[in-house]
Amino acid sequence: MRMRTVEISVGAFVLAGIIALIFLAVQVSGINFDDTGKTYSVTARFDDIAGLRTRAKVSMAGVTIGRVSSIDVDMAWGEALVTLDILGEPGNLTTDTSAQILTEGILGARYVSLVPGGDEETLGDGDEITDTQGALVLENLIGEFVTNLGK
Amino acid sequence: MLGVVRALGIRALDWLSTLGRATILWFNAMAGLPRWKDISLVIKQIYNVGFLSLVIIVLSAFSIGAVLALQFHTQLARFGAQEAVGVGLALVLLRELGPVVTALLFAGRAGSALTAEIGLMKTTEQLSSMEMMGVDPLRRIVAPRIWAGLLSVPLLTAIFNMVAIYGGVVVAIDWLGADPGGFWSGMQDGVELWEDLGKGMVKSVVFAALVTWVAVFQGYDCPPTAEGMSMATTRTVVISSVLILATDFLLTLVMYGDF
Repeated sequence: MRMRTVEISVGAFVLAGIIALIFLAVQVSGINFDDTGKTYSVTARFDDIAGLRTRAKVSMAGVTIGRVSSIDVDMAWGEALVTLDILGEPGNLTTDTSAQILTEGILGARYVSLVPGGDEETLGDGDEITDTQGALVLENLIGEFVTNLGK
Repeated sequence: MLGVVRALGIRALDWLSTLGRATILWFNAMAGLPRWKDISLVIKQIYNVGFLSLVIIVLSAFSIGAVLALQFHTQLARFGAQEAVGVGLALVLLRELGPVVTALLFAGRAGSALTAEIGLMKTTEQLSSMEMMGVDPLRRIVAPRIWAGLLSVPLLTAIFNMVAIYGGVVVAIDWLGADPGGFWSGMQDGVELWEDLGKGMVKSVVFAALVTWVAVFQGYDCPPTAEGMSMATTRTVVISSVLILATDFLLTLVMYGDF
């Protein structure tokens, strides 16, 4: 009888631990199972990415549609080569889509914002977005402001 | 001069031989797979070290979660960033405080009890009489306690994290009126399954191995006197606490260090 109480308590303890783990996985880390959907990648060249990180959001109209998968530098041109993983099948972005690096809030994380164009042809897997605008760098802005003041 | 060198040498050799005995104890106890007929011994020990530690874990977790949420909220509210309370709370708990504080509490609550229990068995010659009967005390007494610790601490850590986050919810949302939507979505955005939860759990398994190892070794190796036992119990808590904190730094460096 004594052993039985011990067994029931241990069972309850292990169950509580497993429930806690599931709670942490689902409610806290927020895994969702449709996140593993198909993606394809497109590349974009930026003159300055200023603090964009891999795994940063790629969004259109404020809705997350992908992630930044890798960031490389093209030494010859002095440009950043950013690879974006876009959710869904190729064919949902026009070839004249433009990409811009923006900031969430004033001090928030950098992300890539895509604005679709009007072209009928679409970007395939591995294609490049040509119409890009890099991040605004505060030092450059201040620099321009100071030179303009001097005129 | 020569005396100093000799004394230092003796201390160093003593220390080395203690480490050696501890390692031999660990391997002798854990050699071979756990035998299934010993499972009832392990269950008894999970009850002792795991289930009976629940009260202190739950109470501390709730207070720590509540106080973290309060501190985060008052500081972040100055920048209007109350929404970051959730993600800050979850990251601090999952990565550091959950595993470390659980292991420290476990060392104080269960580690000291393990040392005292095994030490008393040794003092009253129960261990030697077991050997006389042909029962290996390492497999019957030490191994089930190590397995129970290895299983209990990660579960306790998970429970600690859950209760602490709930404590934070009570303070930040129910009391200070933070927005629940921003709280939870910020948390789910910022926390990753393996990077935060998984690595924290790895830490807790490492801490469990350290604490149970120190505790059973101190009990097994203590001088069979009342004074020796009390010193061994104190040493268990001191050594395992220091080891937990030092190892935590090393693990954090390896897991999250950016170099």
